[in-house]
Amino acid sequence: MKKTLLTAAVVAAAAGFAATAASADTLDNVKQKGFVQCGVNGAGLQGFASQDSAGNWSGLDIDLCKAVAAAVFGDATKVKYTPLSAKDRFPALQSGEIDLLARNTTWTISRDTQLGFNFRAVNYYDGQGFMAKKSLGVKSALELSGAAICVQTGTTTELNLADYFKSNKMEYKPVVFEKQEEVDAAYDAGRCDAYTTDQSGLYAIRTHLKQPDEHVILPEIISKEPLGPAVRQGDDKWFDIVSYAHYAMVTAEEFGITQANVDEMLKSDNPDIKRFLGEEAESTIGKDLGVDNKWAYNIVKAVGNYGESFERNVGEGSPLKIARGLNALWSKGGLQYAPPIR
Amino acid sequence: MTETPSNGLHFVRRELAEARKPPSQEIGPLAWARRNLFGSIFDTVLTVLALLALLWILPDLINWLFVNAIWHGTDRTFCATVAQGGIQPDGWSGACWAFVGDKFQFYMFGSYPVDERWRPTLVFAIFALTLAPLLIPKAPYKVANALAALIVMPVISFFLLHGGVFGLPVVETALWGGLLVTLIISYVGIAVSLPVGILLALGRRSQMSVIRLLCVAFIELIRGVPLITVLFLASFMLPLFLPPGTSVDKFLRAVIGVSMFASAYMAEVIRGGLQAIPKGQFEGADSLGLSYWQKMGLIIMPQAIKLVIPGIVNTFIGMFKDTSLVSIISMYDLLGIVRASFADANWVTAVTPLTGLIFAGFVFWLFCFSMSRYSNFIERHLDTGHKR
Repeated sequence: MKKTLLTAAVVAAAAGFAATAASADTLDNVKQKGFVQCGVNGAGLQGFASQDSAGNWSGLDIDLCKAVAAAVFGDATKVKYTPLSAKDRFPALQSGEIDLLARNTTWTISRDTQLGFNFRAVNYYDGQGFMAKKSLGVKSALELSGAAICVQTGTTTELNLADYFKSNKMEYKPVVFEKQEEVDAAYDAGRCDAYTTDQSGLYAIRTHLKQPDEHVILPEIISKEPLGPAVRQGDDKWFDIVSYAHYAMVTAEEFGITQANVDEMLKSDNPDIKRFLGEEAESTIGKDLGVDNKWAYNIVKAVGNYGESFERNVGEGSPLKIARGLNALWSKGGLQYAPPIR
Repeated sequence: MTETPSNGLHFVRRELAEARKPPSQEIGPLAWARRNLFGSIFDTVLTVLALLALLWILPDLINWLFVNAIWHGTDRTFCATVAQGGIQPDGWSGACWAFVGDKFQFYMFGSYPVDERWRPTLVFAIFALTLAPLLIPKAPYKVANALAALIVMPVISFFLLHGGVFGLPVVETALWGGLLVTLIISYVGIAVSLPVGILLALGRRSQMSVIRLLCVAFIELIRGVPLITVLFLASFMLPLFLPPGTSVDKFLRAVIGVSMFASAYMAEVIRGGLQAIPKGQFEGADSLGLSYWQKMGLIIMPQAIKLVIPGIVNTFIGMFKDTSLVSIISMYDLLGIVRASFADANWVTAVTPLTGLIFAGFVFWLFCFSMSRYSNFIERHLDTGHKR
């Protein structure tokens, strides 16, 4: 009996080590499992990750998970979502519970180095912004001198606000609260002239106000919050696939390829587009990436290009109505820029 | 009471005279109000203030909850004002019950696949059918019933919910959510913590030093750590120690964590009851020649547990509410799933969060209040002279 137990333990341990070795190659592991395990925002973030009444996920981050699945399997439904809280997202990625983390996570150096993750693609450039009443007539945050500004206390937002006004030699009256709901209520009740938090948050809050049309979101962004997918360090192949899943969406927008016209585009004479969609005869782009040559076609077919995904989830097609701003293509004054796919 | 009538015959009264009614100022609602609400000047002031406060709050509350509320609707436009992109007049505010109605199944089952939701529904039904007769003292076959509720029911439920047998598709625990998770965790916690708690309490008072030491160590260790820490340990530390292939299901880990936690608290509640039993009872049982387990099972425990019913139910209720903490380790119980539903772009309005939270609060209250009333009932039922 003891011997059997011992043997069993040894076998189990060996299997364990084998599993560890396998998990170092995430792509093989994912292909073997048959799905991508994607860590997403479990508490729900409007426009980025949320569930409908039937439990189906949608959002900008969800589209990225689907794009990765489309690239690997040619089937965007082969994703399993792990809802994660802000606290457990990093352990979940470190322990290998998820294959990639697409949970509105800010790319910082300490997360890149200390936590052992890799970031490259940025699927949403966020940052702290201001919302003000239209009746004030301000067009820029630099005109907010002397304003009463609502802010949540104990956050980096509060510190950034102080720095910004100090460096621009402006005065302001902070109106601080502990909870976000309190700040919202105070702003809606007219206790302050402006409200500051992350810009994507401002758009979400604006939908809740009594008169959303009477408030304007100012163009300035005073802090950097690049949000993007993270993977474990030490698996460059998988890192490439995740990054290029996003870049393919951006490239498709540059080329004007949409979910609707992608099939027609297959017949395009443009060599760039042919290469991108895997129609070029001797192209090995997809194969070198470790996926099918039609990977980009599959992504666009499944989730559309970046612009479509943006409009559908957070832009004009959603209640948020976020302007493209920093997230416009580089050619249109934004920061979304994809390396050439060739 | 006799008197001598003029004809010399004595009259003896055979029935009692009917009691006279108390004075009209002493009975009826008016008298009750005078005695309880306007007994003194201070009482009167308090009553008037309380009535004013109610008058101040209630009309608005009822208006918001029921009169202005939206009962039917399919998306956010029904619960948003025109300015917010909806159909309600500007300045409108009311509960959005249509939102709760639309999300109801999601709140009950979480992300459980829509086509398979009959399975948790069936589990709820089995759960009610086995538990209800167990809770009614007069219902027969208590032993068989207890076996069904505590062993057969959980096993059947597990296979029904998880699937993988009889051609049922597998539904991983990661997809379970909502009230389903709340009920599973608290049911298992309650079912495990009572027996384990009793054993731990007995162990702590045991004469055998190794057992005593182990029990004390377990109780003090678990009680000395917050539940959040236990959950964190179970969900993040454990997988880092275990090789990736051998990981135990996260849901199971959380259930074990909560059960261990509840057992430690339960042990101390039961020990409180044990200490209230006079020494004579132990000695009496010994002198009858009862074995240790007979003594405990027949003499001591029935008395001790009856004494600490309020404490036991207190622990149960506390644990039921503590299940919300599992959202921290990304498992979405009722409260977690309600909060997560606020982000649904199809339903995001100014009033949906409040409505959802009121609904969650009401469900929690319903369960906790039922437990509390049931414990009152059992206390009265078992009352054999301790009541004051």
